[in-house]
Parts: sequence; structure tokens; C-alpha cells
Amino acid sequence: MKARVTISLKPGVLDPQGRAIHHALEGLGFGQVADVRMGRVIELDVADGTTEEQLADMARKLLANTVIENFRVELA
Amino acid sequence: MKTAVVVFPGSNCDRDLAVALRDITGVAPAMLWHDDPELPEGLDLIALPGGFSHGDYLRSGAIAARAPIMRAVSTAAARGTPVLGICNGFQILTEAGLLPGALMRNAGLDFVCRDVALEVVATSSPFTRAYQAGGIITIPVAHHDGNFQADDATLDRLEQQGQVAFRYAEEVNGSARAIAGITNQAGNVLGMMPHPERVVEPAHGRTDGRRLFEGLLAVIA
Repeated sequence: MKARVTISLKPGVLDPQGRAIHHALEGLGFGQVADVRMGRVIELDVADGTTEEQLADMARKLLANTVIENFRVELA
Repeated sequence: MKTAVVVFPGSNCDRDLAVALRDITGVAPAMLWHDDPELPEGLDLIALPGGFSHGDYLRSGAIAARAPIMRAVSTAAARGTPVLGICNGFQILTEAGLLPGALMRNAGLDFVCRDVALEVVATSSPFTRAYQAGGIITIPVAHHDGNFQADDATLDRLEQQGQVAFRYAEEVNGSARAIAGITNQAGNVLGMMPHPERVVEPAHGRTDGRRLFEGLLAVIA
């Protein structure tokens, strides 16, 4: 069974990488971009019956740093 | 003084730190492996060195912070044993929850590797007691993820409780309130991005890091 954990920076946390990407997009002429935030997606192959709560537990204990990041879990 | 250096896969400042500890304390530190489940008895200092533990995968220090030995380090820290984390060691301490905040990518996105001026802020901890409060010292940094961030309430608390040990006296990496090093509330855990072990003997060109270890030695010995 496939699962996905999407990790994003909390609102208000400075994202220098997102800013650099934004700047590069502007340089390519994409002037319509107002803001860019960079996160990460972790795909897991998990045992059948794994719950969203178990995935959230993985995210809280390792996959995300909840000081600066939010996460969202999905089971496929 | 009985000291130990914890070595993680990808640590690369462990030997410099061991040499500094050996020269200043007169006794070679125990070199511990991240997979060790326990610490030797009676340690006076546990030091987490700089480097790129686990290749900085996931987040700098994130995987090292979950290493078997870190449970023992947390227990020792809670009992009051001094714990010093330098650079990647600081990142590991925040990831382990032994210090607040997080070390993010430098604001300029570049790897900063140079001498920086630091202000010694709080001198109440065993690590900073040999320095003069408000004094300016020069210690090198070498990091990509040294941009200290925490929410405003945490930053206010760190300042009010005297937990800011060092501040950058110049712009380095975008750290909130120019924080370069902090202690826990009890003062026995210090994390700092600059490398004091790289400026401890005249051959280094400067000895501004030496007093950190000497101050500790005076308290513990």
C-alpha cells in the first residue's frame, strides 16, 4: 500500500530556497508568480492496514520537524 | 575531567574536537559511536562534533538525533551532565529536542566558511563563564544550515532567561536575533554554530575558543 507524506514550511517561516526559485522564475519571464514555498514529499510503501494516525506519528517523530514544518499524510 | 566525543557516520570535526579536549583537559576523550546504546559512567562532558551526519539527509542532524546513543545523551543531559554541540552537533541537539528552535538553510543560500566576530552574551553557563559578558571574540564558522529560527515567544524566552550564549556581531546566515549559540534553561546544554575547537592553540592563529573548554574544566575538575 502506498502512502505519501507532504511536508511544507509553516507560514511565516523564512524560505530562502523558495525565494531563490521565485527569483529564477522571474528571471525566466514568469512574472505572474507571487510567492514560492519549497517543501518535500516522502513516498512510503507500507503494510496494508497502516492508518493515517500511524503515518502522522512517523511524521511527528522523524519525517517533519514540527518546529518549522507542517505535514499532511495520504493513503493511496 | 572525563569527556566523550560522539561520532556519527559523516562527522568530520570529531578528531579536532578530541585533540582540543585532550590538550586542554590532559586526558584523551572517549570516542563513542552513534550506535552505542549506553554512555560510559561518570562523564563530565559529552561533545557532539561538527560534520554532515548521515549526509544531512532529510534535515541536518535529523537522523543522528534519533541514533541509539541520543537516548542516553538525553538522560545524561536531564541529570545535568554538560552537553556541547558544535555546528552539526547543534543541529542534532535541536532535532533531538534538547534545545529549542531549528537550524535552517543560510539566508544567502551559500555555505559560509570564514572567521566571524561573536558577542558573548550570557556568561552564566559553565561554557561561557570564562568569557567577559559583552566581549567580542572571533571564531570560525563552516556551515550551510546555520540560520537559527524559532517563534517569537521562544526567542523572547531565550533572551529573557539568559539562554543566548553567543550572538553574531556581523551578518552571517540570517539567524533570528543574530543568535549563534544557545543553552537550555538549566544551562548545561550548549549548541553553537561556530567552531571553538578550531581556535585553541597558537598554531591556529587565535585561541578565542580555548576559554570555553577552560571554563568548563574549572567548574568540573
